Amino acid sequence: MSREDVLVSTEWAENNLQTTGVVFAEVDEDTTAYDGGHIPGAVKIDWKTELQDPVRRDFVDQDGFEKLLSAKGISNDDLVILYGGNNNWFAAYAYWYFKLYGHDNVKLLDGGRKKWELDGRALDKGEVNRPATQYKASTPDTSIRAFRDEVVEAINTKNLVDVRSPDEFSGKLLAPAHLPQEAAQRAGHIPSALNVPWAKAANEDGTFKSDDELRELYKTEGLDESKPTIAYCRIGERSSHTWFALHELLGLADVKNYDGSWTEYGSLVGVPIETGDGK
Amino acid sequence: MSDGCGAPVQTATPADIDTNGQVVLAGKTVGGAYVRLLNADGEFAGEVQASADGDFRFYAAPGTWTVRALHRTGNGEASVTAQGPGLHQVPIAVG
Repeated sequence: MSREDVLVSTEWAENNLQTTGVVFAEVDEDTTAYDGGHIPGAVKIDWKTELQDPVRRDFVDQDGFEKLLSAKGISNDDLVILYGGNNNWFAAYAYWYFKLYGHDNVKLLDGGRKKWELDGRALDKGEVNRPATQYKASTPDTSIRAFRDEVVEAINTKNLVDVRSPDEFSGKLLAPAHLPQEAAQRAGHIPSALNVPWAKAANEDGTFKSDDELRELYKTEGLDESKPTIAYCRIGERSSHTWFALHELLGLADVKNYDGSWTEYGSLVGVPIETGDGK
Repeated sequence: MSDGCGAPVQTATPADIDTNGQVVLAGKTVGGAYVRLLNADGEFAGEVQASADGDFRFYAAPGTWTVRALHRTGNGEASVTAQGPGLHQVPIAVG
């Protein structure tokens, strides 16, 4: 798989805003950014209210995904370009989710909304309405999704990559520094996990680092490419960014995202937890 | 929020922000800038987008931090050392 198969540049995006069969979708937790101006023609996907189950802690099921994409006017054969704020965290999460439900024709806008804005490219406040479709999703591909029992079994066996900041990893903080500190019952990390903050995979402008830089980064941090890998963070969005880097850009075969992440693991009764820098 | 009609610049003060016992780094830069928090080793710790008025805020741990702002018109940064909980002001010029 090459980078062009999974990423588009902001320049490509601007040149393809009107291209038939290409749908842009902005994915965010806080959709006020979209409402204040979005890439012309892009539909809005609300991570919290549209991608998450409203009752259980899980994301929407296959039927819910079909209804969502149908309502957004996305067809099975459309090329979907996902982008968002927070350096594409939620867009990367949505990308993982599109793949999980079998939509292979999906790419990320490299650098996301930040790069688009830093480039000084136009934003549009107009309402976007696409005619509804009859979207059909596949059964979930759980080869890219890790659940808690598998994570506990992976301690000292598989690569566990904790992509949170060093202060969250060590147990000083329970959430990223720009968010209120609410989260799991306990702070720390899963024993044997490497701490490779997601941001190390990104440049300052939000674009992904080159394949060579990424390969060097994970090698230096101690990732054993011969073993399966599970990435986690706090709620599974930053780890989607790292899942994208490892699975989609570097092409490692067995990489899963643990979307339960620390808010689940750090509240489980009886599982081992490590604090400190882990080295 | 300012209505942008020339009101004096408003800055958060300890009296009007509840730091809830945490280190809070707050400041002003150009509106809509992407503001990145870097630790003493230059490692990324967080990023927010400044409000239309240029306000931003981080919850952090005690220590020395660099706050870096990116905007289509230019970049800028400032450093701050927070020895304990409370509000720490970090203005950043961009250009």
